[in-house]
Amino acid sequence: MLALSKNPVIDTVAKLVVVAVAMFAFVFVVMVPLYDVLCDALGINGKTSGEAYTAVQAGVDESREITIQFVATNNEGMPWDFKPSVTVMKVNPGASNDTVFLARNPLPQDMVAQAIPSVSPTRAAEYFHKTECFCFNQQPLAGETATEMPLQFIIDRDLPRDIRTITLSYTIFDITEMVGGAVAAR
Amino acid sequence: MGDHHHGPAKGLTRWLFTTNHKDIGTMYLWFSFAMFILGGSFAMIIRAELFQPGMQLVEPAFFNQMTTLHGLIMVFGAIMPSFVGLANWMIPMMIGAPDMALPRMNNWSFWILPPTFLLLASTLFMEGGAPAFGWTFYAPLSTTYAPPSVTFFIFSVHVLGISSIMGSINIIATVMNMRAPGMTYMKMPLFVWTWLITAFLLVAVMPVLAGAVTMMLMDVHFGTSFFSAAGGGDPVLFQHIFWFFGHPEVYIIILPAFGVVSQIIPTFSRKPLFGYDSMVYATASIAFLSFIVWAHHMYTVGMPVAGELFFMYATMLIAVPTGVKVFNWISTMWRGALTFETPMLFCLGFLVLFTIGGFTGLMLSIAPADFQYHDSYFVVAHFHYVMVAGAVFSMTAAVYYWLPKWCGRMYNESMGKTHFWISFIGFNLAFFPQHFVGLAGMPRRIPDYALQFADFNMMSSIGAFIYGASQILFLYNVIATIVSGKPTSDEKTWEGAEGLEWTIATPAPYHTFETPPAVR
Repeated sequence: MLALSKNPVIDTVAKLVVVAVAMFAFVFVVMVPLYDVLCDALGINGKTSGEAYTAVQAGVDESREITIQFVATNNEGMPWDFKPSVTVMKVNPGASNDTVFLARNPLPQDMVAQAIPSVSPTRAAEYFHKTECFCFNQQPLAGETATEMPLQFIIDRDLPRDIRTITLSYTIFDITEMVGGAVAAR
Repeated sequence: MGDHHHGPAKGLTRWLFTTNHKDIGTMYLWFSFAMFILGGSFAMIIRAELFQPGMQLVEPAFFNQMTTLHGLIMVFGAIMPSFVGLANWMIPMMIGAPDMALPRMNNWSFWILPPTFLLLASTLFMEGGAPAFGWTFYAPLSTTYAPPSVTFFIFSVHVLGISSIMGSINIIATVMNMRAPGMTYMKMPLFVWTWLITAFLLVAVMPVLAGAVTMMLMDVHFGTSFFSAAGGGDPVLFQHIFWFFGHPEVYIIILPAFGVVSQIIPTFSRKPLFGYDSMVYATASIAFLSFIVWAHHMYTVGMPVAGELFFMYATMLIAVPTGVKVFNWISTMWRGALTFETPMLFCLGFLVLFTIGGFTGLMLSIAPADFQYHDSYFVVAHFHYVMVAGAVFSMTAAVYYWLPKWCGRMYNESMGKTHFWISFIGFNLAFFPQHFVGLAGMPRRIPDYALQFADFNMMSSIGAFIYGASQILFLYNVIATIVSGKPTSDEKTWEGAEGLEWTIATPAPYHTFETPPAVR
């Protein structure tokens, strides 16, 4: 075995220090990214894909209707009025659906928000495809203005048949400070 | 260096500058006992508040600080340092080495501990109070909603992690390089084996804990979002990282206890340990499995079914090597010439109660059932059966067992037996009813509870007070032994004892095995 020193004690210590430092690094460079990759790949935690889905033309499954519920939540300290325009939709798998979420910034100053989606049951996350979503981007909003934020989605035809209701929840976070106050008025 | 046969230096500097493994072991043991009393007094506050339903003595916020500090101090301040102290005292004497491999680092790894726990305890007097997020410090309780003292908590964890890593590197270096000629690995006493494996676990997972608190530090102060969904992070990630450390950590606590029991039971059975090889392999298997079962602490976070099943089966698998150990201990006693001195009584208490704790652990490992048990008092009962009746009982047994060798005086046997029986009864009265209130739905970490849990909680509190008081008797017995115990100079305190530590003079001289002994 590789000897790091002629003194066997120093050799043992040096190897163990390498192990300890490697384990510290392991947390940052392996565990964190691996967790994100796994969650994305497997749809664990109700995480839907963070990127737009390219629709595959496969026809609409008219044989069943899925109830989609929309939930909007404000993170602690987020002052926006944030809600879905409709709370429940009935959709066919394979069909493209549109809806909007409504947001209003009641404060005088410009703000930036980020919406984080979560799907329940978590098993449904990988079958919930978004072709367009306000959650893909940061949402700047000038003071005392309102906006409609679009969402376009397709429920995969392969959705397990025992799932009849899917809840899509958005939590909106104030990230004005995080983006450094550089609000692009739009 | 001067005279080779000098005794210890005089005065306070002896303890500050000592590089002697026995001195450092003694300091570790006294320090951990002080922490045991401190953490225990926090437990007494918890049980006093829970004596009756309704808010009685303390504010809920303070109650949360008590549960948090009780857990942190018992795990990191009492149990872990006590076994490190035992390792310091016993490992060189058991393998025929003159001292630890790195005596100066040994001094350093002890002396950074007291200031660390002083710092942690001082958070009680800070604005916003001490950490109140439980010893598991889940984000976002420990990040977004944490009191300002969280920074001191993080620093404490960093330092005690460094101390543990240095201590375990020292143990590994000692065991691997300083064994007496002829002392092959498979001839090592089992206590040395369990500590060698424990030390490897520590080197592997204490850095993971350091990583977790470093991420917390960055989230709290430097604007990162490892555990904050607002910035694309995830609080569940914290639980994964914490338990990737946390599950090996519980074996770090219990494996040295297994080692102690494996030394004591053969002595008082007057038979060699049954199945030595299988004990070694079982210990190694438990250590390996500890890395792949962490998510059984978090069945309710919303894992996919495949994940729940994997962690469930992997967890159940641990019952196999643990069962091997329990049956080996029982087989050791089978047809042995048993006597029941205090160390043996504590080991038998360990055997019975740890097995109960193991069985409730099996119940908790069943994912669908765990949805009911999760975060209830059932969990509290389970881990106190393995932590207190497991680790603390075996540690107590170890002190009674080796105390005559350490100080050359015999402890008071009837006081020791009284201590055992009061502990045993108090412990069971305290924790057995918690299984029932837990199954009936009482959540852990709450200062108040529904009326139907009142009777069991009162029993629990009375039991806890009895158990707590019995430790004062223990303290008295140990001090009385050191000051005025009946002198003994028998090399073998116990007629059935085997091992190198029983071949040296009693009390153990300040320096031992300066020339290595010959092993068979």
